[in-house]
Amino acid sequence: MNNIKVLEGSEAVAWAVKACRPHVISSFPISPQTHIVEALARMVANGELNAEYIRVESEFSAASVLAGAAAAGSRSYTASSSQGLLLMSEVLYASAGMRLPFVITGVNRSISAPINIQVDHQDTMSLRDAGLIQFYVESCQEAYDLHLAAFKIAEDPNIMLPVMVCMDGWVLTHSYERVEFVDQEAVDIFLPPFKPEHYLDPKNPKTWGSYAESDVMMEFKYAIHKAMTEGKPLIKEILNEVSELTGRDNNGFIEAYRTDGADVILVAMGSVAGTIKDAVDDLRNTGKNVGLVKIRCYRPFPYEEIWEAVKDANVLGVMDANISMGSEGAVGLDLKAKMISKPEAPMVIDFIAGLGGREINSKTIAKLVDRAEQVYSSGIVMPEADWVDLNASILP
Amino acid sequence: MKLTTGAVVKGGTSLNYKTGNWRDQRPIIEQELCKKCGICKDVCPDDSVKVTDDQYEIDYDFCKGCGICAHECTSDAIKMVHEEK
Repeated sequence: MNNIKVLEGSEAVAWAVKACRPHVISSFPISPQTHIVEALARMVANGELNAEYIRVESEFSAASVLAGAAAAGSRSYTASSSQGLLLMSEVLYASAGMRLPFVITGVNRSISAPINIQVDHQDTMSLRDAGLIQFYVESCQEAYDLHLAAFKIAEDPNIMLPVMVCMDGWVLTHSYERVEFVDQEAVDIFLPPFKPEHYLDPKNPKTWGSYAESDVMMEFKYAIHKAMTEGKPLIKEILNEVSELTGRDNNGFIEAYRTDGADVILVAMGSVAGTIKDAVDDLRNTGKNVGLVKIRCYRPFPYEEIWEAVKDANVLGVMDANISMGSEGAVGLDLKAKMISKPEAPMVIDFIAGLGGREINSKTIAKLVDRAEQVYSSGIVMPEADWVDLNASILP
Repeated sequence: MKLTTGAVVKGGTSLNYKTGNWRDQRPIIEQELCKKCGICKDVCPDDSVKVTDDQYEIDYDFCKGCGICAHECTSDAIKMVHEEK
């Protein structure tokens, strides 16, 4: 029997992690992630969760603890945000290279400077090339479900990579929602104990990430890329298993919302997808053929799935909550790169929207759809990304 | 050679990996000047100075040619020459 609770997004994640029976949890506080590791600390202190809870002095150490624990054959977990995730970055590249599986919740928050604690995706996007599998979630329920999947995906012998579940700070971590839980016995059957082929053992010493010269380095990097691309069917299978467990949607790489017959399709990740769905419903009622593609799994990039959903549209409006300074937003660039070789592809417009917690509401969405239609009918491809609601009059 | 996932290999295998081909400068010990004080052996970061038949010799399989031995030698008995490859 499933259990239903109304609780904070952070608590939902902590419950999912607890159900996965981690051996090692490292923790270092940073908003808006802190409630997750606090909840886990409470579970350990109360004896509800039998794990080694390690308080560290920096996020660099928090990630290093996970790497060491995974090498020792332990299931391990932490959460972080913003500057904390950036401080982990060196360790995360190394961990992906050493093929050490663990799970991190990347609670999205803007990056300093200037300092800002509100949500955007710049922090986790900055780690997209590290070799992490990345998911972005829309709701607390999706966060719960994907954390169950995350450990199994990370530990799959054909994948063996860190997995980051990205979750909008405050909007999800500090919102109370109805969350349906899976019974512990069912999780235990779904997720067997972590038993890697290689683990640290003084009786049989081994080296991880041993030296690689120019004659083999490319092959090692290609092996990580291959684990992601060829891992897609495995990820899909695990997501389907979670669906069977939860009885909720198909949990695929993307969610195509009212894309059939849509002329304009917005592409987005994270909690903004909920707002967009409402706006799409309103716009459809006014006769506009609008849809949404929500990207759930960002790395590996689900290009084929996106293409199937958008190929008949006129124009795509990509909403990037990040910016590659001097260029455009990451998701827009991904899509443009893949579509440029297809002459029949829809026009792609990149919107930089919601940086530092800038509000995106139904009116914003309606405006973007109008803008996309306008650019499409002008037939002139925009030379650069459109910064949504940028107040140019106050620029220094 | 097949690569392993994550470059995981057996530990304690550095002797199998010869680093001599990194060398650009080759240390040459002039035995008639050598006073056998052992400073070169002490300072070598790669433990590539060996004593054989009461004579100090460079292990060219592992010497990377850093030149510390030549710099520290009090008898100027070690000179560095360009490594011909």
